[in-house]
Amino acid sequence: MTTANLKQNALRQAAPWLVPALIVVVWQALSMAGIVAARVLPAPTEVARAGWELLAAGTLIMDVAISARRALLGFAIGGGIGFVLGLVNGFFPWGARLLDSSVQMGRNIPHLALIPLVILWFGIGETARLFLVAIGVAFPIYINTYHGVRSVDAGLIEMSTTYGLTTWQLFRQVILPGALPSILVGVRYALGIMWLTLIVAESIAATSGIGYVTMNAREFLQTDVLVLGILLYALLGKLADVAARGLERQLLAWHPSYARA
Amino acid sequence: MEVTTSGVAIEATALHKAFTTRQVLLGVDVAIAPGEFVAIVGQSGCGKSTLLRLMAGLDTPNSGVVALAGEPPRPGSPLVRMMFQDARLLPWRRVIDNVGLGLPVGRKADAGSALAEVGLAERGGDWPSILSGGQRQRVALARALASRPRALLLDEPLGALDALTRLEMQGLIERVWQEHGFTAVLVTHDVEEAVALADRIIVLSSGQVALDLRVDLPRPRDHAARRFTELKATVLDEVLGTRHEWGTRMHALAPAPADIADERLVRTA
Repeated sequence: MTTANLKQNALRQAAPWLVPALIVVVWQALSMAGIVAARVLPAPTEVARAGWELLAAGTLIMDVAISARRALLGFAIGGGIGFVLGLVNGFFPWGARLLDSSVQMGRNIPHLALIPLVILWFGIGETARLFLVAIGVAFPIYINTYHGVRSVDAGLIEMSTTYGLTTWQLFRQVILPGALPSILVGVRYALGIMWLTLIVAESIAATSGIGYVTMNAREFLQTDVLVLGILLYALLGKLADVAARGLERQLLAWHPSYARA
Repeated sequence: MEVTTSGVAIEATALHKAFTTRQVLLGVDVAIAPGEFVAIVGQSGCGKSTLLRLMAGLDTPNSGVVALAGEPPRPGSPLVRMMFQDARLLPWRRVIDNVGLGLPVGRKADAGSALAEVGLAERGGDWPSILSGGQRQRVALARALASRPRALLLDEPLGALDALTRLEMQGLIERVWQEHGFTAVLVTHDVEEAVALADRIIVLSSGQVALDLRVDLPRPRDHAARRFTELKATVLDEVLGTRHEWGTRMHALAPAPADIADERLVRTA
């Protein structure tokens, strides 16, 4: 009974990895059979070897660390701005009247289209990359925070006023927790945009970071490093998603749809 | 059966209230004595919930005066607590923390005793989402009791419950009212509930008091007693605007759920 349960559990844990594993196996087989040329797509073993070499040289860790630092810093700045704006506009009607339509206009500008302008403003330094990430991240956080605050059950707010909650208590105990599920949706969405923006920014003008590594690899036709970089994006994206899910489980334990079964 | 009361007097004088163009209350005068249990009944849209919200200070009248212990009502005053048709528990706070909502820091222990009073002492650590509808209303009642209010305003708190749970809750409300001695104002569309609980029944019709009836029955009340059914028929006839031989309109007791939704629309319009 218990061993059967254990087996079932193990199978359940492994299930999400079955498809990626299958892809790698098929890919390796195709490469070994010579159906896919190494110039077009190097075998997984080749990619692993390239990864190992870069790892041993110490540059891979450094590039990932640099990219991660940029990503998180940009996320903190842009997310912070979006969060505060969303709260203010959601909480104070005059804030929304004053700012929301401007934000909506800004939101519809593809932020990557700003790259030429950003380079003119900030040059090709660190500021330009952080600026782009911050811009990209701010909007999804803003929209979901604003929406979350606005959609807090009016009945709960009314009830809270009859129980004599102060404005701060109302915000801290009712509005913020009520908006949290929506805010966290924004966070997950913004994490995706964060990586996307950073990689584009790094491939245009940088001398370090994963985006730079892949761009460099393209210059020198190192397809194995190129593919390695792409796999790293997938891995980092997955990592961000796992972190966001963990946050959801932690903060939304009260929510029937997020509670652990 | 006068208890030593902690309740406050509630007085409404010449209340008028309109929402945009719709007149809801047209000169309502109600005086409620300290510790009295008054039920306000009437058809959907008659203004009974509006009257209660004016008493709670959640809305302001267009003209006329509401006084609670001689003062104008103020939402958030610890004198008054209100129960709504839905329990309105904060889903992200555990049951015990919901009961302690708004309590001063030094009085958090009152939440535990209030929860025990409604028979849910052992559910304090649960999330509200796993409770049944009746249990949620019990928690809402405990939350209202925790701050020892001197008036409890009940806005159809049992309207969404099934018949058995409703009877149970009626018994509970009657018991805590007798123990605490607060003034209770119950808005309901259920005439039987009004006769079972209230010292006095006020029927609102077209924004005015159509009937103000004292219920002179000993507690706990026997729903099958002859006088009980007589009173029920009197009130029901007034509510429906009909004058039948008593007992002929018993089937019309329960309103359709659509009526409830309809009234909420009117209130928020």
